[in-house]
Amino acid sequence: MSALDELRQLRRGGVQVRKSDNRAAFWFLAPWFAGLLFITVGPVIASFALGFTKYNLIQPPKLIGFDNFARILSDSRLHNALRVTFTYVLVSVPLQLACALGVALLLNRGLRGLAFYRSAFYLPSLLGSSVAIAVLWTQVFGTDGLVNRLLGFFGVEGRGWISDPDTALSTLIVLNVWTFGSPMIIFLAGLRQIPEVYYEAAAIDGASWWDRFRRITLPLLSPILFFNLVLQIIHAFQSFTQAFVVSGGTGGPSDSTMFYTLYLYQQGFSRFDMGYASALAWFLLLIIAAFTAINFWAAKYWVFYDD
Amino acid sequence: MTTRRISAPLKHIGLVLIGFVMLYPVLWMVASSLRPGDEIFRSPGLILDSFQTENYTEGWNALTPSFGTYLLNSALLVLGCIVGNLVSCSMAAYAFARLQFTGKRWWFGIMLGTIMLPIHVIIVPQYVLFSNIGWINTFLPLIVPKILATDAFFVFLMVQFIRGLPRELDEAARIDGCGHPRIFLRIILPLMTPALATTTIFTFIWTWNDFFSQLIYLTDPDMYTVPVALRSFVDSTVATSWGSQFAMSVVSLVPIFLAFLIGQRYLVKGIATTGGK
Repeated sequence: MSALDELRQLRRGGVQVRKSDNRAAFWFLAPWFAGLLFITVGPVIASFALGFTKYNLIQPPKLIGFDNFARILSDSRLHNALRVTFTYVLVSVPLQLACALGVALLLNRGLRGLAFYRSAFYLPSLLGSSVAIAVLWTQVFGTDGLVNRLLGFFGVEGRGWISDPDTALSTLIVLNVWTFGSPMIIFLAGLRQIPEVYYEAAAIDGASWWDRFRRITLPLLSPILFFNLVLQIIHAFQSFTQAFVVSGGTGGPSDSTMFYTLYLYQQGFSRFDMGYASALAWFLLLIIAAFTAINFWAAKYWVFYDD
Repeated sequence: MTTRRISAPLKHIGLVLIGFVMLYPVLWMVASSLRPGDEIFRSPGLILDSFQTENYTEGWNALTPSFGTYLLNSALLVLGCIVGNLVSCSMAAYAFARLQFTGKRWWFGIMLGTIMLPIHVIIVPQYVLFSNIGWINTFLPLIVPKILATDAFFVFLMVQFIRGLPRELDEAARIDGCGHPRIFLRIILPLMTPALATTTIFTFIWTWNDFFSQLIYLTDPDMYTVPVALRSFVDSTVATSWGSQFAMSVVSLVPIFLAFLIGQRYLVKGIATTGGK
């Protein structure tokens, strides 16, 4: 069961409290409570407070009211960063999940060498977020890069994919799609849960491949698809390393790879405008929360729960 | 049934093809790291005309200190994070899985919520806190959060695992007079080694790859970890030295690849049950 199902079921059924457990629980959870206070929830609240200040780490924070939030509304570089990030998320996640589902369907049902294929397709997911792969991408999609070499064989004139503002973002989308292995593994686990008898019954009824996919696989897999969608969207919003490395930290060319996180990093850790960076951080949290909420709302109309 | 049998070879051809195309750039990088610099641009193939390891020696010593220091730094950091996660997450997981304390559902909900919390949202106040206590350019800002069980993903993974263990074991120990610390240490912990292995392998890979927080907290070259050093190396070299950049990229990926080979089983299981990254 996934973390999302847990959240869904949290509302149901109560927990019987055993008073004698309270002291033990306090000690077992002591590190986690401290983490909550200093590392996770505490900073989320502090971030909100800092959002109302001007703060550069050297002078003490100065209250400036809603200035930082007003700046969010008028900052055109930020708006561009939002457009880049939304494009990245909304294009790469569906493509990535489509590949993951497609390959999972090919791999399903006792294919020989399944374990080998699964590993091979999963490997890029582990490598994808590393600086090394970003370095590789810089070369592969560069003017003298591998892609242009291979295109040359077919007589196609290449271009500097990363140095061209029109295509730079696409190379990062390709990179995210490349890491379809981990949602694929989740799909595979989900496919294995679908009882074979459904397909046998459908075969007797003469259902086509497409019918079986649409009427059996897709509905029964929809909770997994939903889970992957929520997870990968949240994940994609946080992409940073690849854009940072291929653009040398600038988000260029012409801000075409300026992810939201990269812009936040520049404001906070190059310009040390901690107040504005905090406001940006909160705004990011709101955006991700909104996307997740929309996902949960839309789920009512297409996700099929068997319970 | 017959269509399935006929399409099987086609399926294999398709899958091998997809896999080959996907892994080709990585294989090519490994091949290119063993080529003389000028050949990298000319050879899109995998077969080596000549073999040389100069790129590796050049890349290894390109920065001061050498790449060995960065590998050691990354290894130390990874070790600290693994120990931190194993100890703190297993303790928290025991409480969530086995203790019936006041407000448990509420706290559990918060814990699940923090799985989705992006680091970017908390990095600024965290940085302010850690810089005020003088922890910049140490590994503490990267390790201490692990000691405080903030990788909620692993807490959740372990909770799931502990729930699957028979409760009779706990009850029997309790009747024999064992308190919670003893039940945890003597019964639960030894039985949850698969969950601990999954945690170890994921912590290793994620920490080794993590760039954002290491970039922010480690600015002194002596403290650089592999990803930060690699990036700084790439920024400092001219475009013609792809050879040494590739060589150091390969070096930085070898530990991930080894972890993948050793821990495949746990990785797949961990993702399939809880949905990792």
